[in-house]
Amino acid sequence: MKPVIAGVADTAVGRLEGVSCMALHAEAAAAALADANLRPSDVDGVLCAYSLAEPHLMLSSVFNEYFGIAPSYSAAVQAGGATACALVMQAAALVRAGICRNVLAVCADNRLSGLGRGGAVAALAEVGHPQFERPYGMSIPAAYALVARRWMHERGTAPDDFARQLAAIAVTQRGHAHRHPNAQARDPLTMEQALSARMIADPLRLFDCCLVSDGGAAVVVSAVDAAADRSDRAVSILGYGQMNTHEHVFAMPSLTDFGCRQSAAQAFAMAGLTPSDIDVAEIYDSFTITLLAELESIGFFPKGEAGPAILDGALDLDGTLPCNTHGGLLSYAHSGAAGGMFHIVEAVRQLRGEADRRQVAGAETAFVHGDGGILSAHCSLILGRA
Amino acid sequence: MTATTDPSPAKPAPLITADTRAFWDACAQGVLTFQRCTACGHVQFPPRPFCVSCRADGPVTERSAGLGTVHSHTIVHRAPTPAFKADVPYILALVDFDEGFRLMAALRDCPPADARIDLRVRVVFEPMAGGGALPQVRPLLE
Ligand SMILES: [Zn+2]
Repeated sequence: MKPVIAGVADTAVGRLEGVSCMALHAEAAAAALADANLRPSDVDGVLCAYSLAEPHLMLSSVFNEYFGIAPSYSAAVQAGGATACALVMQAAALVRAGICRNVLAVCADNRLSGLGRGGAVAALAEVGHPQFERPYGMSIPAAYALVARRWMHERGTAPDDFARQLAAIAVTQRGHAHRHPNAQARDPLTMEQALSARMIADPLRLFDCCLVSDGGAAVVVSAVDAAADRSDRAVSILGYGQMNTHEHVFAMPSLTDFGCRQSAAQAFAMAGLTPSDIDVAEIYDSFTITLLAELESIGFFPKGEAGPAILDGALDLDGTLPCNTHGGLLSYAHSGAAGGMFHIVEAVRQLRGEADRRQVAGAETAFVHGDGGILSAHCSLILGRA
Repeated sequence: MTATTDPSPAKPAPLITADTRAFWDACAQGVLTFQRCTACGHVQFPPRPFCVSCRADGPVTERSAGLGTVHSHTIVHRAPTPAFKADVPYILALVDFDEGFRLMAALRDCPPADARIDLRVRVVFEPMAGGGALPQVRPLLE
């Protein structure tokens, strides 16, 4: 049976004191089911991710028990920033195979109030190799900075030009977030502020790095006939793909070309589309360099042309590729796997024409991408107006 | 999970496994090692009991000359945990050793302005608080 996205929802984001990780899951889940016009008892599949603040070996079972449902299919997936897209891909596959009719994919974490920014940075550094990275004091920004330096070197970009290209991403996305009433970081950001912010891991400065947030999001993937009464709002899943090339930065096959090339190629082939057919893109932006590098690796821009294009406004709402229109992980929010799910929620809102002041006029196709680890695990989705 | 309130901010020691015991024992003796497959010649790191290229068992351990080239580097200004706070700013590099394997290491005895891709470096071994030694690098003086 053909799968569609029948409902999406997100919670408030930012610092949410006094709300547990599971309460965020339940809030997002209930709202997504209401958006899909489904009852909790209609759910026969549940897919969850992971939590840093309230970790558990079996998070999907924990969620089912807390939410008070007993789905026939349930699993938790841990693929870092690729998780949210991977959940939707898996949900679509479950529906396509006839195993489930209504799959609820839900992610949340309260890592800002639960861990604090410093605690979250330390917890995330744990993804470094326990022998060959962690003992050296590798932070996650440091790992991405290694990618950034090599990228700059191979593209032959002067350091000042490179800094301006990265800053333009942060500034563009802050502009998008300013138009989103719920975004965590809405204060205007200038190029000068971005370029003079304190250095985190050279060449990455403060605004090159994503936020740390509390928040949750959920997506309901249903068989098209199960979502028939809401078919005016359902969003088609036109294509998907994954690629996994390594885990650790010292084992990366390339610091300038990544698995997003293959995962996107799979998704585009399945959809019968090319990058030039995409109206709006929501692409993982854990760091500014993540987005810059992926835009070229996926094929949205020829080699060496993404940075200059971004400085010329390519990612603006009226640009050639409106991108991260909610503000992304840099300015909207980043609460773990839900961070990647905010990209999916935003893509669905764009396709439904519900993005208010951020609406990309006439958006009919959306590309969504998540990557986990150090550009290690990749999952791409292509969504379309039904 | 509250690393910020840890009263003893010791740097994390490598969590040694059965695969890597010999590597770390060699480091403690001031020797950097890597593996080469006897069947196909593939060079690999970290050590494991099979070749990831041809799947043959038992790649042999060889001794590296300890010379390499910086593939990329960063200057860390914000430490990941309090244990590294006193070290900032410090340079982390990915180093391609001449035998064909890559390691992360701190680039010691190098002013940040002199750090660059393609810099030639030599391994140095830093004693760890709990015993053993961590391979790091310093610029190779021609
Ligand atoms: Zn071999």
